[in-house]
Formats: sequence, structure tokens, C-alpha cells
Amino acid sequence: MTAMQNVKLGAYYSVHLPEPDDFDFWRDRARQLIQCDVPPDRVSWIEPGGTSDLFAQDGPSRSKQRLPVPDVDARPVRANRRFLSVAKNAALHSDAERFALLYRLLWRLQANPKLMEDKSDLDVRRVEELDKNVRRDSHKMHAFVRFRLVESDEDEAQDHYIAWFEPEHHIVRANAGFFIRRFANMKWSILTPKGCLHWDTKALSESPPAERSDAPSGDPTEDLWRKYYASTFNPARLKVGAMVKEMPKKYWANLPEASLIPELVAGAQKRESQMVSDGARDFEERPDTLAAIATGIHHCRKCPIGQLDNHAVMGEGPHDATLMIVGEQPGDQEDQAGRPFVGPAGQLLDRHLEAAGIDRTAAYVTNAVKHFKFVQRGKLRLHQSPTAKEIDTCRWWLESERAIVQPKLILALGASAARGMLGKTVSISKARGAPLPLEDGSELWITAHPSYLLRLDGDAAVQQARLFAADLAAVKKRLEELAA
Amino acid sequence: MAHLRGTGELVPTEIIFFAMAVATAVKRTYKEHMGQISTIEKLAILADAAKYDASCASSGTAKRNSKGGKGIGSTEGMGICHAYAPDGRCISLLKVLLTNHCVFDCHYCVNRKSSNVRRARFSPQEVADLTIAFYRRNYIEGLFLSSGIIKSSNFTMEQMVEVARILRDEYDFRGYIHLKTIPEADPELVYQAGLYADRVSINVELPTDSGLTRLAPDKSARQIEGAMAKTKSDIVEAKDAKKRFRHAPKFAPGGQSTQMIVGADGANDADIVGKASRLYDGFRLRRVYYSAFSPISDASAVLPLKRPPLIREHRLYQSDWLMRFYGYTSSEVMQATGDDGMLPLDIDPKLAWALKFRDTFPLDVNRAPREQLLRVPGLGVTAVNRIIAARRHHTLRLDDVARLTQSIAKVRPFICTTDWRPSLLTDRADLRRLLAPKQEQLELFAA
Repeated sequence: MTAMQNVKLGAYYSVHLPEPDDFDFWRDRARQLIQCDVPPDRVSWIEPGGTSDLFAQDGPSRSKQRLPVPDVDARPVRANRRFLSVAKNAALHSDAERFALLYRLLWRLQANPKLMEDKSDLDVRRVEELDKNVRRDSHKMHAFVRFRLVESDEDEAQDHYIAWFEPEHHIVRANAGFFIRRFANMKWSILTPKGCLHWDTKALSESPPAERSDAPSGDPTEDLWRKYYASTFNPARLKVGAMVKEMPKKYWANLPEASLIPELVAGAQKRESQMVSDGARDFEERPDTLAAIATGIHHCRKCPIGQLDNHAVMGEGPHDATLMIVGEQPGDQEDQAGRPFVGPAGQLLDRHLEAAGIDRTAAYVTNAVKHFKFVQRGKLRLHQSPTAKEIDTCRWWLESERAIVQPKLILALGASAARGMLGKTVSISKARGAPLPLEDGSELWITAHPSYLLRLDGDAAVQQARLFAADLAAVKKRLEELAA
Repeated sequence: MAHLRGTGELVPTEIIFFAMAVATAVKRTYKEHMGQISTIEKLAILADAAKYDASCASSGTAKRNSKGGKGIGSTEGMGICHAYAPDGRCISLLKVLLTNHCVFDCHYCVNRKSSNVRRARFSPQEVADLTIAFYRRNYIEGLFLSSGIIKSSNFTMEQMVEVARILRDEYDFRGYIHLKTIPEADPELVYQAGLYADRVSINVELPTDSGLTRLAPDKSARQIEGAMAKTKSDIVEAKDAKKRFRHAPKFAPGGQSTQMIVGADGANDADIVGKASRLYDGFRLRRVYYSAFSPISDASAVLPLKRPPLIREHRLYQSDWLMRFYGYTSSEVMQATGDDGMLPLDIDPKLAWALKFRDTFPLDVNRAPREQLLRVPGLGVTAVNRIIAARRHHTLRLDDVARLTQSIAKVRPFICTTDWRPSLLTDRADLRRLLAPKQEQLELFAA
């Protein structure tokens, strides 16, 4: 029997696919039909559950038409690699016309083998579009399937991970391999409205379409994941468009983290302006007199120390002093007296200055931080060191004082004072004993804070006192050089 | 204690007793507090602290799967973004710090010693468990672990290697691991890291050595580059050994990358492009990431408070693409910068280059070689490939090119086809204005 005898001229054929993603079935039938010269407009392809084809109204007889059998020596069907790779994906698309499109292309390819290279051809463009959509949907399935754990009471190996996913196309079976390779030793199921996959660590099985309610409703680990999602987001750069492009809203319903998005977006602008104003030294203009600084610091609430129950302590000394001495911050007694360095540490400093031959009354004495930081313990106000940030905030006042007094030499007592001068933390032991040139031509000498000497006992106290005295002597010598 | 002396209101023994009571009370609550801090709180702190690292790539490593193993995980060449944050960035890896305690005082860093942020610390086991818990639920491709320096560089590096070891050896984890290595650590430890990890990276941090000295006083450019050179030679050696011995260990099959902060120091775009190009050539880096300096809470006073415009980071990435995929040399990219050494913000660097070298254009799309077509503003690699494939079949007209490209208006002044010559268009003085994207409403908080 030849093909020509077999094919009924002008007959219509309907091919019923057993599965909506059965590419191999399509390929076998398509090859058979092309070998029998059945043109595209004479074939309709029907997927399971699909609405009946164009010709169904003409009666059931045509759809029952048996497919023709080609001759044994019929010309083989040609399809290049590009067509095959694109067609395999396009066959998974949810477009009901896909199999007809593929058949039409395959038919045309027999006459024009280079057809796939013609990117302006409508059929070629359409099949490439389908291919692209399916590849994207598969990629998103790899990305957005979220398993939820159903713990087994007896055995950890029996723990079951179940996901609910809603793909746009018939991609579930085609992507089983990805999940098997990745989660080979895990018992998992992926439930979808287009069919379900189950892996028991050894074999894959399938089951009919499921519903969302068949999947577990939650997993405690999702709280951790949501926390991670919110924390890794940088509110300083909001690009909602870029997010939605890659994570379209249709997937959000099954992503545990997506419920946070509206709140994160709304909070972002607020958070960023908060971040900026937190760090901002939004003082308007530098005061140009010491009196203005005294008023300014009295009202200053730029850091938490300013909010405590305390008084700002202004520097004191000649407005044109050659030497400026900078301490850490006022203590309990300084706060009450309203003058710098009058407490125990101040008294010790006075003794050392006298011994070194430095006249305190000729120096401008001030602090890196203008308010007393403390914690209240009963009647006591316990001193607390200012944080780097607080020092940096207050630095603005110290620099204003410097700009007015214009000392030639600045002596910073302790690490806080050094930070107030330099804006960075330095080690006293490394920085002491030699001057650091400052940008305005003056120089900075760094030594320990006298309160540090008060805290020490025994040999250490003696040794540190000696170092302190040596630093002051060096400063004295330098002051004489500067005066000369 | 100094401030307690001489108050005279309490007798000394009472003071001492009181002070001790206060001290122990404070100490206990601190310890209790640190003990109680839950995994979820630690995750919040340590993920927040890690978000200034731009990289989240999980691509380009060796292909693996978990068949035949006891464990879990696969890598298939292409990275997967499992989620996107509202900042538009891909979330592919669990990106956390082991700890945000740090003995360094780098000014631009939110975790620097003198910063006020809340601190937390994960144990290596905790990070490994968290990675596996996330991986099993298909949230991530793997782990990107970095850390502040605690105790010493070696101690920290050991802890990070331990995380990778638990994942690889105990969990038989075959997903992606990116470890940030510490240049100051023992080279042997860094080597260990490379044996477990898919990718290792060392941040050069700042584009200039002077910037590094000023803003990261504890780091040294020489040490960073030395460590990168060592990693490069380890990668080369391992690849070489793999050719000869089938069982030679893999060393960082995903290569090494680095990150630079843009806008924290005075370096201009030309400096940055030059530095990136030297890094690509010198250390065969897979990627150089740019991170526009973000205003961080508790910022150091020596930093600019204003962030650089985000578009600057984007322009730098575009210039990076020009060097990696379009065949531009770094000096050619630098030609696109203005007198101040900065790339223009309103137009992309490729267009800027083309406008400066107008005598190169127009190009005949039917004849020009590939490397020249790649220089036409508006033609990407895909479009050029399509043009070359299409012109084998027939000569191209302007509408053919229009079908193969995104925007013919952008391309038109720089090409000729059989039916199109731009004639005077290429030389028009206002070409830049014609081609620059329309100004949009300015961002409210844009710098």
C-alpha cells in the first residue's frame, strides 16, 4: 500500500495528545503526517481537556479519522537543531495553538531549511517567543518553588518537604530533573494545578492536579527567611520597578517573603531620611564668638547627652591663648560648677601643669564633649564615657572654639579628646610624645587623661605619672620655642 | 571611678561595695543579654551588616549535583535569583557576617570598632544549620559568608573555614559557597577556604592607596594585593593540576572577585576604571563590584554625608561591561570621561565615547567588522550578533536594523545602510541633547 493510497485527499485529521506536554508524541505524529504530505490546514491538534477544534462542529467522523501511514521509502522529515531546541520548549506553552504552529513551521522547514534564521518571519518570531516564555517560567519555577517542612515523628529521614507552585505553562514534568539533582536525598513533593511531582529519594512519581489547600500552610523557618529578606534589603536604594520586573506579582501569592514588600517600600523613604538626619550635623552657621558658642551649647540637643539633666560647660581662658587644653567631658563637679577641670582630675592636672611650669590661666581649657554623661545610681551620678558618635557630633563646637581662639598648640588629654580633634580614634601610647601637624598650621600633642592617672595604683601609677609629666615638659619646651 | 572620689557623701567602704554591686549587676545583665539573643535577632543584625557587599552571584562554578551523595545541593552553571528585594537586587545567597564585632576601624564601614551598632555573633554550626534549613526549602543557592575581625585575622579566618567545612564535610553540601577571605590571615587558611569555596573574594575597598590609608587605617594595599596574587596563582595551579590528575582538588572553581566603594574618597571615575582594569589584568578577577557609598547610620565624621548619585555606580558598571564584553581598553573608557575624570551621568559611557570620536562614524552595518559594530551606541552584543547573522542572507535596510535593535533612533546617527546615510546628523552640535534620555522627575532624596 502506498502513501498516496492511504491518504485521503482533502481529508481533515485530528490528533489527540495524551498529555499537554507530550512533545515526543507530537513529533512522531507530525513526522508521519508530513511524510504523507498532509498540509497544516488539514490537521488539528487537541490537548487533553482542550476545547474541541475548529472542525468539530462538522461531526465526530473527521476527528476519528485514522492517521495515514507513510511509505517505507518516504522522504525523511528534516528539522534542524535550532528548531528542535526551540520546539521542545514551545510545546510546553499554555497557548492552545502551539502544536499547530509547530506543525506549520516544520512543514515550511521542509521547503526552506534556513527558515529558522529569518527572524522577521512571523511564525519564527512566535515560536521563539513561546520558547522564551517557557524558559522564563521554568527558571522562575527553579527560583520560586518554596518547600514547607512536614516533620516526621519517628525519623528525620522521613521528613517531607512540600511545595505549592502555580506555573503558567506545562513545565512541571520537564523540570523534575532539576529538583531531583538538587534535592536527591530529600523526600519532596511539588503540587501544582497542572499536576504533581513526588520524589521519595529513589524514584519520581506523578499524581493528578492538586489544590492550594492540599499543601501545608506554613513553616516556622519562614519567619527566619522573612527576617533575612527584610534585613538584607537596603532602604537607601529603592528600585521597585527592577524588583517587579524580575519577580512579577503573579508569583507573590506563593512567596512567604512577598507579604513584607508593601511595608518595606513604604518604610524605605522614611528610613533613609532618618539615616541621613541621624548622622547629619545640621547646625546652620558657625558661631563667631565664644559667647555665641556658650549659648549654642546650652541649647544643643544633637546627641543623647544633651537630653540628660545636666548643664553645658563652656571652655575658659584667654580668647587669644597660644595653648589650648582639651579634656574629655565635664564631670559631676564641673557640671555643678559650670567650669572645666575643677574636680579631682582637674586638681591633678593643675599640680602637673604647675610642676611643668605651664600657666593654666594663660591657656584656653575646654572639653571635647560639652555636657556631662552619666548614669544615676541613687544619689550618685556615675561618669560614662561618651561614644565615638557623640564625640563626633560635639566636634563641631570644639572646631568652632578652635576657629576663634586659634591656638598654636593644642594639648589633647585622653583618647576622647584626641578623637574630638582628629575625628578618628588613635592609640595614646602610640601618639604621645610627638606633635601631629594640623591643617591650619597648629600642632596637636596627645597625652593621657589625668583621670586615668587617678585610677592607677602602685608601679603603674608612678610610671604613668612620669610619662604624663614628660609629655607636659615637652609641651612646655615647645611653647617656649613657639614664643621665641 | 575618678568621678567617685572626693564626693564625700558616702564612706569609702560603702562606695566600693556599691560600685561592685553595680559592676556585677551590669556584667550579668550583659552576659544574660548576649546569651538570650536569639537566632532570628542575630540573623537580623548580621544580615543587615552584610548588605553593603554588592555581590550575590552564584554563577560560573563547576557543575555538581547531589545524586549519589548523602547530602544536598547542585550548581548548574547559571545562577538563580530566588527572590528580589525592593532595592531591585537579586537574593541568591544567604549573605551574612559571622560576626559584626570588629577590631578594625575603617571609617566607611558600619561595623567599625568605634561604631555604635548592635553586635552579634554566630557560631559556625549556627551558620551551617541556617544555610541548610534555607537551602532545603529552596530559598537560596548557597552561602556568602564574610566577617568582622574578632580576636585576630587568623582566628576569624579559621571560624569561617570551619563553617565551610561543616557544610561540605558534615552535610555533604554541594551548593554554592562564597567566602570573603581576610588578607591579613595566614595564607594556608586562605588556601583552605579556596578548597571548600566556589568563589573567594578580597575587597580592595577603595580605589586609591591614599584613600585606603586614610579611611581604613588598619588595612594595607600591599597586603590586599599580595593575597589576591596568591589566590590567583593557587587557582591557576589547581586548574593546571586538574588537567593532569583527575583527582586533583578543585580550588575556587568560581574564581575570585573584589569590591570597591565608590564615593567615599576623592577618587574619580578614571581612577576607578584604571584600578579595575589593573585588577582584571593582574589578578584575573571574575568580577569587580562597585558599591556606591550609602549613608550608614552612625557614620564617621571624615566621610561625606551625601551619598554619590546611584547612577554613578551604574555608569561604572556600564564601563565595566565595555571592557569585558565590548573590547574597549581601560584607556579608551577613560577617554569617555570629562575634564574632571568623571563619566557623564546623563548619558552612558559608550555614547559619550562615540560623541567624542565622531570621526569613527557612521559605520556601514553591511560591512563593518564585529568589533567596530560593538562601538555603535544602542547596539548591544545580541543586536550585533543578529545583524551579522542577518547580513549573510541579504543586505540590510534601515527597517531591517530597526527590527533587530531596541531603538533605531539611538542607532541611526552612527550607521549607514543601503537606504540610509546620516549625512549631517553625526556632526550636529546638539546630538548629545537629542540622544540623552529625557529628564525624569528628580528623586526626592537623590544626592
